[in-house]
Amino acid sequence: MSDLLAVEGLVTTFPGRAPETRIPVVDRVDLRVARGEALALVGESGCGKSMTALSILSLVPKPGRVEAGSVRLAGAELRGLPATALRRIRGARIAMIFQEPATSLNPVQRVGAQVMEAIALHERVSGAEARRRALALFEAVGIPDPEARLRAYPHQLSGGLKQRVMISIALAGRPELLIADEPTTALDVTVQAQILALLRALAADTGVAILLITHDLGVVNEIADRVAVMYAGRVVEEGPRASVLGAPRHPYTQGLLRSMPSRARPGERLAEIPGAVPAADAWPPGCRFAPRCAIAMDVCRVREPEATPLAADAAARCHALVTP
Amino acid sequence: MIAYLLRRLVWGAVTILGVLLFLFWLFVLYAQPEDVARRALGEKAPPEAIAQWLVNHGYDRPAVWNPEAPLDTRLFDHLSRMLRFDFGASDADDAPIAARLRSGIGPTLGVTLPLFAIGLPLSLALALGVAFFRDTYIDRLGVVVCVLAMSVSILLYILGGQFLLGKLLRWFPISGFDPDPGLALRFLALPVFVGVLAGLGSDVRFFRTVFLEETGRDYVRTARAKGAGDARVMLRHVLPNAMIPVLSAVSLTIPFLFTGSLLLESFFGIPGLGSITVEAIQNNDFATLRVMVYLGALLFIAVQVATDVAYTWVDPRVRLE
Repeated sequence: MSDLLAVEGLVTTFPGRAPETRIPVVDRVDLRVARGEALALVGESGCGKSMTALSILSLVPKPGRVEAGSVRLAGAELRGLPATALRRIRGARIAMIFQEPATSLNPVQRVGAQVMEAIALHERVSGAEARRRALALFEAVGIPDPEARLRAYPHQLSGGLKQRVMISIALAGRPELLIADEPTTALDVTVQAQILALLRALAADTGVAILLITHDLGVVNEIADRVAVMYAGRVVEEGPRASVLGAPRHPYTQGLLRSMPSRARPGERLAEIPGAVPAADAWPPGCRFAPRCAIAMDVCRVREPEATPLAADAAARCHALVTP
Repeated sequence: MIAYLLRRLVWGAVTILGVLLFLFWLFVLYAQPEDVARRALGEKAPPEAIAQWLVNHGYDRPAVWNPEAPLDTRLFDHLSRMLRFDFGASDADDAPIAARLRSGIGPTLGVTLPLFAIGLPLSLALALGVAFFRDTYIDRLGVVVCVLAMSVSILLYILGGQFLLGKLLRWFPISGFDPDPGLALRFLALPVFVGVLAGLGSDVRFFRTVFLEETGRDYVRTARAKGAGDARVMLRHVLPNAMIPVLSAVSLTIPFLFTGSLLLESFFGIPGLGSITVEAIQNNDFATLRVMVYLGALLFIAVQVATDVAYTWVDPRVRLE
């Protein structure tokens, strides 16, 4: 099996309103990322995609916790690893960048020192060597005047530059997998395109696999080899980019694509999915999308659909695919 | 930065002028000098003696306006002497106030400086430890102990310390002071110990809250995602960021290092500035009180400006403009 990352049956819970209850926000999620591949995990806010990413690195904020499932990196189980072993994986084999570059950098530390820390945490290097590597990383991620920028504080940099610093921190340990949680959401549109182009170029140069978390199907189109669509804690459709975006089979994926502004014709009213994503403690029985689904049948409201294998490495979780 | 400091200095001068005018109203216009004289000379003092006392202490002159000699007023005298730090003599016993302050500052700093130098790092370290074990029983126990410790009156700490460590165990003298540095240490140990202990509860609880707030921030998640361990995250990332709110809180206490602790000094018989203030209150010694309030206000303003400068070291985002 050449999967770099294999997530199976991942369940992450938070305490419910009633005492002693726990609500899953990530529910039996399976994901696979091959070496050098870019997988996009797509879904609306609150569907559990960020928690899935944090669960992979055991960084779920308290009082949340990973309840069940397995997370394997190149075949080795990460769940249940002691803290010291996890630390050797974070930053070195799996790195992560976050949505808000403005708050994700330490505001009182020079950005150069923050990159050098990421290097020194995983390798025995001299200060001069760490500095040289940080400089090379700044050049690689396209930070102009890198020598001077090493000494800058985060507040002295623009949002795009801060995200480039975050990316160089993530690349500092030469990871095999880069998890990017909404890396462009907080940025201007032109800067978004630059950051995506950078990620694509870095993936081509270094062979790093990418797990990209986004709600933006335009971003998916730019970068992803494969796509997994998440709804209410579950992966509802998964497959190669061309098939998921070109011929979506799950009604939710179809709805998402129809509601993209770039797909609408001028003058035409933009389609929308009626209703809103239910909160984690109010998931309906049966198919979680059923209350908002135009083609929902009786069975959808009673029994949750299994993942139905489709052509070419794709699957979707919908009763309509089995009993049309 | 220079322009900022100049502006702060001008504002400081305006504030000081306001304080001096208020002191003039309170201690010179509002207070009855005859009462002060009677306190100083005794209830049965003859009227001539009281009149003489009023003349000696300058209370006989016009308060604000003197048509014959415009500068010969109590207001002008008050302002010019305070600004020249010429504090004059005590209302209670005619001793020069400046000399008394000089003799009191040593014992006061002998208590407050060790108290500060031990108490602040200790409560920061304890708070860091409690915050490190957040959401565990150690953290919850720590909070309960802190709340209990801060709910107990400082008087109980003082009397408890004197009874237990002074009377029963005889480790320290119960109270008193000796100007000889070698002997002074024996007398200062107990008040410093009691002072540290009494402040620990509220300080640890406050610093813990500050640390916990920082631990929830995004940059902490980034540090953990880099592979930094808990101890490193706390010491290298959380602590430097927490210094910003810590500085705001700590700077407020610095003026009191110089004015002294009223309770500690009077209970432990330490002849510092705190004791001098308490005595001045008891003796209606308005001349001394007015000097203490004036110096306290000066210190407060100076420390505020110094704190603003210190912010620029702790937080690179702060620039004084």
